[in-house]
Amino acid sequence: MIPEIGHYALVLALLLAIIQGTLPLAGAARRNTAWMEAGRVAAFGQLALVFIAFFALMWAYVVSDFSVLNVVQNSHSQKPMLYKVAGVWGNHEGSMLLWVMMLGLFGAAVAGFGRNIPPTLKARVLGVQGLIGVGFLLFILATSNPFIRVLPAPPDGNDLNPLLQDPGLAFHPPFLYLGYVGFSVAFSFAVGALIEGRVDPAWGRWVRPWTLVAWASLTLGIAMGSWWAYYELGWGGWWYWDPVENASLMPWLAGTALLHSAIVVEKRDALKTWTILLAILTFSLSLMGTFLVRSGVLTSVHAFAVDPKRGVAILALLGLATGGGLLLFAMRAHVLKVGGLFAPVSREGALVLNNLLLSVSTAVVLIGTLMPLVLDAFGHKISVGAPYFNFITPFLAIPLVLAMALGPFLPWKRADLAGVLGRLWVVALFTLAAVMVALWLQGVRPVMALVGIGLAAWAFIGAFWEVADRVRLFRIPLGESLTRAGGLPRGAWGTALAHAGMGIAIAGMIGTSFWLTEDVRVMAPGAKATIAGYELTLEKVEQGRGPNFTTEMGYFTVRTLNGDMVGTLTPERRWYPVARMPTTEAAIHTTFFADLYAVLGEPSADGRGWVVRLYHHPLVPWIWIGSLVMVAGGLLSLSDRRLRVGVPQRRTASLPTAIQPAE
Amino acid sequence: MSPHTKHRLLLLLPFTIFLVLAAYFAIGLTGDPSKLPSNMINKPVPEFALPGLDGGPGLASTDLKGQVRLVNIFASWCAPCRVEHPLLVRLAREEGITIHGIAYKDKPVDSQAFLDSLGNPYTSVGSDRDGRVGINFGVYGVPETYVIDKEGRIRYRHVGPLMAYDMDEVILPMLRELAK
Amino acid sequence: MKRFFCSLKRRSAIGLTTLALASLLSAPAFAVMPDEKLSDPVMEARARDISKELRCLVCQNQSIDDSNADLARDLRVLVRERLVAGDSDQQVLAYVTDRYGDFVLLRPPVKSYTIALWAGPFVVLLLAGLGTAFYLRRRRHEVETTTLPELTAEEETRLQALLDDLGTDKGQRGPSA
Repeated sequence: MIPEIGHYALVLALLLAIIQGTLPLAGAARRNTAWMEAGRVAAFGQLALVFIAFFALMWAYVVSDFSVLNVVQNSHSQKPMLYKVAGVWGNHEGSMLLWVMMLGLFGAAVAGFGRNIPPTLKARVLGVQGLIGVGFLLFILATSNPFIRVLPAPPDGNDLNPLLQDPGLAFHPPFLYLGYVGFSVAFSFAVGALIEGRVDPAWGRWVRPWTLVAWASLTLGIAMGSWWAYYELGWGGWWYWDPVENASLMPWLAGTALLHSAIVVEKRDALKTWTILLAILTFSLSLMGTFLVRSGVLTSVHAFAVDPKRGVAILALLGLATGGGLLLFAMRAHVLKVGGLFAPVSREGALVLNNLLLSVSTAVVLIGTLMPLVLDAFGHKISVGAPYFNFITPFLAIPLVLAMALGPFLPWKRADLAGVLGRLWVVALFTLAAVMVALWLQGVRPVMALVGIGLAAWAFIGAFWEVADRVRLFRIPLGESLTRAGGLPRGAWGTALAHAGMGIAIAGMIGTSFWLTEDVRVMAPGAKATIAGYELTLEKVEQGRGPNFTTEMGYFTVRTLNGDMVGTLTPERRWYPVARMPTTEAAIHTTFFADLYAVLGEPSADGRGWVVRLYHHPLVPWIWIGSLVMVAGGLLSLSDRRLRVGVPQRRTASLPTAIQPAE
Repeated sequence: MSPHTKHRLLLLLPFTIFLVLAAYFAIGLTGDPSKLPSNMINKPVPEFALPGLDGGPGLASTDLKGQVRLVNIFASWCAPCRVEHPLLVRLAREEGITIHGIAYKDKPVDSQAFLDSLGNPYTSVGSDRDGRVGINFGVYGVPETYVIDKEGRIRYRHVGPLMAYDMDEVILPMLRELAK
Repeated sequence: MKRFFCSLKRRSAIGLTTLALASLLSAPAFAVMPDEKLSDPVMEARARDISKELRCLVCQNQSIDDSNADLARDLRVLVRERLVAGDSDQQVLAYVTDRYGDFVLLRPPVKSYTIALWAGPFVVLLLAGLGTAFYLRRRRHEVETTTLPELTAEEETRLQALLDDLGTDKGQRGPSA
C-alpha cells in the first residue's frame, strides 16, 4: 500500500509541476497576480508530494518490503539500518527520486525565501523550476519508476554493492545532488532574467546565495566521494579522472566561475551577459553529467544498469533545458544593458581572469572527457586518462592559483598593480620559506612538487594576509586591528577561508602525488616491515563475522624506528556472501601531516603469509581538511548574505548603479 | 557585417556548440562503447608455436596458412566458452569448417577434460598456459574467435561467445567470401 | 572468470555515480603483486611509470597499474620482461600498441585525429584570452572616454569619496555595507 501511495504522490507531483511550469509564466506575462501566486502554492505542494514519495520508498527499504523490485535489487534483510536507508539512493531509480526531492526543496525555498524578489521575476523563476520538475518527474514515471512491484515477492534481496556500504558513501550522493540541483536555481534565475530582459545588481544578489549553497554542497559531495575512494578502494588513490568524476568536476569548475562572476554583477553591474550564460552552462553541465553517467555513451567503470530508453529520455531533457536556455540566450541576451566600467587591472579584471581560467579548465575537462565519444563517431578508438589530464592541468591551475591570492587585494574599478605587488612581499617571503622547508624535507626532485607547494603556500598565506592587510595588522595597534577584523563583513572572511582551503587542499594533493612511498610484500605473522620511518609488525590474522559479511583481520603494531609504540592498525578483508563480493577495509593511522595506510591482501601462494600493501601518504589529510575549510568559507559568505536580505532593493533605488559601493 | 550583427552571432555560438555536442551524444547512444576493435585486423597471425594437450598435436602459426579457418581462444574455467561450444562442435561436424583451438591460461588436463565432456571441434589445440600468445593476438578475454584467411592473416575478430546469429550473419558469409 | 566479473559489475550497477567508482569494476584487490616486482629498483620504477600509461583493457578507465584483472597482471609482467630484455620505454609501449592499438594508451598519441585533443585546450585558452583582452580593452576605453567628462564637480567629489572608501579603507566598513 505504501509504495502505491508513493507512486500516486509522484503522479500528483507531476500534475502540480505542470501547473507550476505554466501558470506563473503566463501570469507574469499578463501581470496576473493570482496566476503568479499559484506558482508558490504549487512549489510547496510539489515538495510535500515528492517528500511523501521519497519517504514511501525509504519505508519500503527500512521494513525490507521485498515485494518492491527496487528493494529486492538493492537491499537485504540483514543489511545494517544505515545502509538500508542509504540504499534508497544507492541505485538509479532511487537516486533520481532524491534528485526530484532536492529540486522540490529548492523550488519551495525560492517560493518561501525570495520575498524581496520582484513578483514577475519570482514567478518566472518558479515557472522554470516547475518545468525542470516536469521533465524529471516524467522521466522517473516513464522509465525509472522505483515503486514497481514484483510478484511473488522473493524471500530476501540481492544486497547493495558492499563497496557502497560505507558511511562516507552513504552521504556522498545527497550532497552531490544538492549541488547539481542547486545550480538549477541559478539556471532558472538566468532564464527568468532573460525573459524579463533585465539583469541588475539585485539579480546578482539573489542568485549568489543559491549558487553558494549549491557550490558548497557540491564541494562537500565531491570531497566525500574522493575521501571514500581513498580509504575504501585499497590503494589510496583519491582522483582517477574517470568520466564520472569529470562529470562532477565540470559543474564545480563552472559553478566556481559563476560564484565569482555573480559578484561582479552584484557589486559593479558588469559581466551580466556572461554571468547569465555561465548560470545556464553550470546547470547544463550538471545535467550533462547525469546523461553521461546514466546513458552508457561513455565507458565508465560505473556500469550503470544501462537502458537505451533512459539515455534517449535524458538526452531529450538535456536538449530541452540546455538547448532551450541557450536559444533563449541567443535571442534575448542583446537586450541586457552594458553595465559598469572598469580598467583591466582591477578587482573586476582579476575576476574576469578567474572566469577565463575556470571556464577554459571546464572546457579542457569537457574536451578530454568527450573526445573518445566524438572520435568514436569517426571510427577512432582512443582512451583519455590521467596522464593526459595531469599533463594539461598545470597550464591552467598555476596561473589560476597565482591570481587567486592576488585578486582580493585589488580595489574595484582601477588598481595600481605595482602597489599591490608591493604589499604582497610578506606573502612571497612566507611562500619562499614553505618551499625551502619542502626542499629541506624532500629534496629538489621532483621540481613540480616544489612548485606545487609554493602555489599552495601562496594561496593560503595570501588569503590570510589579505585579511591582515584589511585590518592593518601590525600597522595600527593590535586591539584596533581586532575591532576592524570583527567589523569585516562575513563575506570577506568567507572569501579568505575558501581561498585558504584551496591552498590547504593543493598542498595535500601535491604531497600525496609526489612524495608517496609504498611497499608490497608477503608478511607472515611475526614479520616486520619498515616504511617512511615506521616499523610495522604483523602480530596475527584473525577471522570474524559482521552483520552481513565475514572478515579476515590483520593486527599490526606500529612503532617508530626507535621502538616507541605508535599504535595498531587493523586492516580487513571482507566477504559479502549475498552480493558475492570481497572488499578491503584499509587501516589508516593519521598524524595530520601524513597517513600510514595498510591493506591486507590475499593469502600468499605458499599459504604461509598474506600479501600486505603499505603506503605512506604525506599531507593527504589536507585534501579533505582543505575541502571542508572551503565549504566553511562558502557557508560563512552565505550567512553574510542572509543577514542582509532586503538591503539590495533599497540600495539600487537610492544609488546610481554605476557606482555600487562594495565592501 | 555590422558590429551589432556580429554581437548577435556571437550570442548564438553557445547554442551552436551545444547542438554539435548533442548530435554526438545522439550518435553515441546508438553505439556500444564497449565494442572494441582489434589492432590485428589484416595483419599476419603472430608467430607462435604451442604444445598440444595430452600428447596431441600442438599449434603453430605456420599451421595457419593455405586455407580459410577459425581460431577459437577458450578455457575450461570460462563459462561463456561452455555456452558457445556446442555451436563450434556443430560447425566443425556439419559445416566442415576447420577450427583450431588455443587453450588460454588453462591447465592442459582441464582443457582436455573440457573437450572430452563437451566434444572436440578443433583440428588441433595449442596450450597457451601463460597467455602470452593470447596477448600477441590482442585478446581481451575468453572466448574470442578469429577468422584467418588463406595467407594466414587475421581478417575478423569476434569477442565473447559466438551465437547462432553471429555465425549465420557474419562469420559463415565471410568464410565463404574468403574461400573464393 | 573475467566475463563473470563483468556481468557481476553490471548487475551491481551503481546508481550512485559520480566519484571514483572507477575502480569498482575490478573489486578491491590490487595491482602489483610482490612476485611481479623487479629486483632492480630503477627498472621497477620505469615499469610502474609505463604501467600507469597503459589502460587495463577489460576494466575500462583504469591503468594496468591499478587493476587486478588477470589481463592487467599479464601485461604488467610483460612490460617488466620487455624492460629486462633491454627495451626502451618507447619500445615497450610500441610492443603493446602493436597488439592492442592506440586504445591501450591512456595518453593518446599525437596524430591527425587527436589534434583537437592536444591543441584544443591551448586554442580554447588562446581564443578565450584574446576575447577577454578585447573585452577588457573596450572597457578601459570606455572608462577613459565616457566617465570623467560627464560628471559635475559635485558628483566628482562624491565619486572620489566613494572610490577612496573602496580602495583604501575597505576594512572599516561594517556588515551593513
